[in-house]
Order: sequence, then structure tokens, then C-alpha cells
Amino acid sequence: MSIMTSQQALADALAIEMRRDPSVLMFGEGVATKRAELLAEFGAGRVRNTPLAEGIIAGTAVGASAFGLRPVIDLLFAPFMCFAMDELVNSAGKLRFLSGGQFSFPLVAMAMTGGGWGIGPHHNHNLEAWFAHAPGLKVVMPSTPADAKGLLAAAIRDDNPVLFFSDIGLAFASGEVPEGEHCVPLGKAALRRPGGDVSLVSYGKCVDTCLAAAETLATQGVSAEVLDLRSLKPLDEQAILASVRRTGRLVVVHEASRTCGVGAEVAALASEAAFDSLRAPPCRLTGPDAPAAASFPLEQAFAPSAAAVAAAVGRMLEGGGTVADAAAVA
Amino acid sequence: MKIDTDYPDALALHEAMQLIRSYEERMTAIQAEGAAAGTCTAVGQEAAAVGVMAALGRDERILTNHRSAGHLLARGADPGRLMAEAMGRATGYCKGKSGSLHVSAAELGVVLTSTIVGGELSLATGVALAHKQLGLPGVVVCIFGDGAACEGVFHESLNLAAVWSLPILYVCENNQWQAFVHRRETMVGERVAEWATGYRIGSAVVDGNDVHAVRAAAAAALAEVRCSGRPFLLEAETYRLRGHFEPDDQAYVDAAELAAWRDRDPLGRSRRALLAAGHDARALAELETAVERRIDQAQAFALASPYPELAELTRDVFA
Repeated sequence: MSIMTSQQALADALAIEMRRDPSVLMFGEGVATKRAELLAEFGAGRVRNTPLAEGIIAGTAVGASAFGLRPVIDLLFAPFMCFAMDELVNSAGKLRFLSGGQFSFPLVAMAMTGGGWGIGPHHNHNLEAWFAHAPGLKVVMPSTPADAKGLLAAAIRDDNPVLFFSDIGLAFASGEVPEGEHCVPLGKAALRRPGGDVSLVSYGKCVDTCLAAAETLATQGVSAEVLDLRSLKPLDEQAILASVRRTGRLVVVHEASRTCGVGAEVAALASEAAFDSLRAPPCRLTGPDAPAAASFPLEQAFAPSAAAVAAAVGRMLEGGGTVADAAAVA
Repeated sequence: MKIDTDYPDALALHEAMQLIRSYEERMTAIQAEGAAAGTCTAVGQEAAAVGVMAALGRDERILTNHRSAGHLLARGADPGRLMAEAMGRATGYCKGKSGSLHVSAAELGVVLTSTIVGGELSLATGVALAHKQLGLPGVVVCIFGDGAACEGVFHESLNLAAVWSLPILYVCENNQWQAFVHRRETMVGERVAEWATGYRIGSAVVDGNDVHAVRAAAAAALAEVRCSGRPFLLEAETYRLRGHFEPDDQAYVDAAELAAWRDRDPLGRSRRALLAAGHDARALAELETAVERRIDQAQAFALASPYPELAELTRDVFA
């Protein structure tokens, strides 16, 4: 183990995977400029700067991935992906199916998102659920440096297009990271803290929010379990259902907006498949259905706080909490 | 499946164009009967398709679009499997999942067909990057229309191909129509090739209704890409004689313009040239009859083919 930030963990994974497999290459906006170590080790053919043109960056990755390369592209910030929707959704996500399985698209599209930099909604927009809703794409969002490394390695090795979202707010947070090759399988959630009274299900930086809430709840005699989804698609349905069946209560927490977010999917899953175990209605704590403001206090208030999570759990345990009430708390 | 690159003479080129014409006219009839979904044809553009395909080698990879029947047939596609695909049958090139609009046939080198106008332009750079990086033989041929040239990704594609020196032969089939809008309403210039100049990409414009001229221009363009390793843009000036998709009464089309282009119909021109060169009119009529029989057989094959089993609904989503 070594201590590194998520940014360093991603760089570590890229270097290891590029060393391991000569078909892996990386390109995007400033990739060769900002990843000088990769450029020095792997050369200008495999580490490329591109124009600031997300459509052609993504399309080039899709075309290259169909014929023997495994591209990793950096689209910088999630909202920029709006310029690459045709390439990611219509091409990467559909052309395998449309061709009757003639092609596969082993590529990774990276982007950062979330509050923490105060630069507003053209850089900060948690739109990961859009891609979970689109067929043929996988979506991951790590909460720890170790998972950043392991999920990126697994995404590069996967034969499908993977959208890899990183939280801006976690970029420089450090943690223990396994040395050498390290893969975290896609579609496997991680139980961050076991507990018996309520399941806090989250991903990305809101996992830390849930862990902090669980600490608070523990002082009140409430045992909260924290499940880190890590992959939003495929979703680890077994882990979610096992947790809900253990605790009988579900609170889903994410920074992304509420309507049709991942939380809706998780809550629906619990209602459909673990209804008998539920002792309270599932509850979502999410960002509002609004763009993220640049102003620091507004940006920070966008994501649910640990206090709001703890309060929602408290109301749920009292039996008076409804989904609407809990949303108001957020 | 044999990739068809062998067009020994003018008669072979004519026959290839006749096959496309007969196929597309049959598809419009099938559509009119309600047995196939809205068909996009490229009737009138056969010389551009056959001329380019006749210039290519076996190793070329071709990206095309929703008007792809001509490219596929000229590349050697089986009309039966193509028609089966258009009719959603399991024996089609894509198991019936594509329909007529996004047919890929990797065995023919026709890959990643996209119906999103301009989609092929965003993908061609990647295929060419793989060819260049991995040392794969063959040039990437990207076929699109004047409508796609008005998409932003056309410009992104040409720019990146120029900056990275990618081996792409861009073929613009300028058929004057962008869905239901005439090109003159959407572009200030007459030619897409002018835009290549801004990216320092070599270009040529050819009479797209003269199959021999297209073949010669495509061969020269291909040689240029092979030799330089850089992109080149060939613009074939042609005309879509039918509507955007079937059915379409073309009431919005200028009658004089349509008549003028009908006079330049590539099949008519090819037929007149063959007769002038001494070919027998009866032999040409027999050729047309034989082509019709092939289309009859193709239709019978498609109609006799099963629909995909319902399990296909979720197959091939992930690798």
C-alpha cells in the first residue's frame, strides 16, 4: 500500500495498464500536456493532445476501439460530454446491438464533476444517470483513491464502453492504494460500514457524507450501514437488496439531481424486490432539480450534508418521516 | 462472402448500377405495400457508389450512412441478405436489428454504419487511427452527403484527420438535397470540397453521374491517400431523384431541376454509352431482366426468412 490522491491513483492505473497492454492509448484535451510522465514513457503515438472538440474525441475513440485499440479519453468535465452524446450514446452504446454483435467498443471516457471548485454548472453537473439510462454503456464513479485506480484498470480491461466519473471534490483527497496491478470489478458495490438499523446507499463523494452521518447516528445509538455503489451500471442489485433486507430501511444519497436519478432506481429496486423487508418508505436525499450555482455556499448546499442524512434517518426511525419530508430536510 | 472489387469493363459497371437501381425500386414497392419501414434510397446516385467501390481494394474499410444500399451492393453484398435486413429478418447482415438504415457488414469491410447524419465522420478518424497505429493495411473510406458536411462534426473530423495525418478518403456524395431542404438554402457555396481547402486537405470534384469518371477520380484520390498517408476529399456531384424517404411525392421539388437531372441519370448515360460503343440493345435488355430475376430471388429469400427470436431483444447489448 502507498498513500496517494485520487488523481495520483488514476495516473498510476493509466501507466500500469498502458505498460501491460500496448493497445491502450490515451487522448483528449491537454492529455499529453498534463500527463508528461505518460508521454515520456509511451510516446506521442499513445499519449495525444486533441482539439477542444469533444464530439470528434469521443467518435475517434469509438472508431479506434472497434479495430484493435483500447482508448481512454479525457473529456475533462462532465457537462462537456453534451458535445459527445451522439458518439457515446448513438455509436458506442448502440452500434454493437445494431450490427448484430459485429463490433465491440472497449473504451473509457473520463470526466470530472461535482461541487468543490466553484465554477458553476457548465463544469459541475452530475449527469451520470443519463448514461446509466442509455443502453450499452457502463458507468462508474469511485469514492476512494484505491477504487479510482481499481475501477479505472477494470474499465480499461472491459470490452465495453465505460463512462468514468470522478468527483472534483475528491481529486486531492488521499488514501491507501494497493501497489502494482489492481482491479476493482465493475458492478460490485462495497460495504463501507456494516450496520443493522438503516442502509445508507451512495456513491462518489457522498459516501463520505454517509460515513460521517453514520458516525453521528452511532452516538445516538443508531447503527447505519453504508453501501458504496461504485458502479452505477451495472448496478450491484444483490448487494443493495441484501443490505435493505438486513436493515429494513433505505436512504439513498447523491449529489445528482433528484428526478430520475440513480436514487430513484435504487429506491424502486428495493420497493419491487424487498418490499416485505421495508419498515419505512425508501427515502432519497439528493441535489435539487436545479443547475449547480458557482457561489460557494450555494454550491456546497447542493449536495446533501451529513447532518441532513442523520436527520432523515432520525425521522425515519421515529416513523413520522416521509419521502417528501426527507427531501425538504436536504 | 466475396468482396467485389473486380469490375473488368463498362458492362460490369453498368450491371452493378442496374442491380442497385432494381434493388432500390423494389424496396420502394415493398415499402408501398407496407412490408418494410420508410426506405431511404439513393436512386440517381448509383454511379457515385459503383465508381468509388470499383476503385477500392479488399483491405479498405468503408463507413457509410443511411443511404448505403448502393455501397453495400457494389461491394458485393448479397441482395437477399440485404433485403432480409431491411425487412427485419434474422438472415440479414445484422440479424434484422438494423433494418435498412444502419447496415454494417464487417465481412465486406463496411463497418460502423451510422444513420445519425455525420455519425460516420466522427467514427472514421478512429478507424483510421487504428489503421495507422497498428499498421493495418488499407485506407479508410468515409462516405457522407452534403447534409452531413453542414454538421459540426464534419469540420472536427477533417481538422483532426489533417492534424494527425490520418489515411482517410472522404467521399462526399453531394446529392443536392438535405432531407427536405435543397442544398442552396443551407450552404453559401456550391461545393463541399471548398471547405477541405481550409484544413489543407487535397480535394477533387467529379461528375458523380459518370461512373467511369468517378472510378478514375476515386482511384487517383485513393492513390494520393496511400502515397501521402494524409486525408483527401473527393466530391461527387450527383442528384437524389427520389424523396428523402418513401413515400414522398416530391411536390416541393422544382420540376425543371428534376427533369434536368433525370436527363443525366447515370444509368441512362451508361446505357447510351454502351450502345454507342457497339453493345447490342437486346443484350442490355437481357441483362436488365437477369438483374430483375436476382432481385426476385432476393425478395423471395427475404420473405421466406424468419424474424429474429425475441431473445434478440437484449442480445448484443454488451460484449
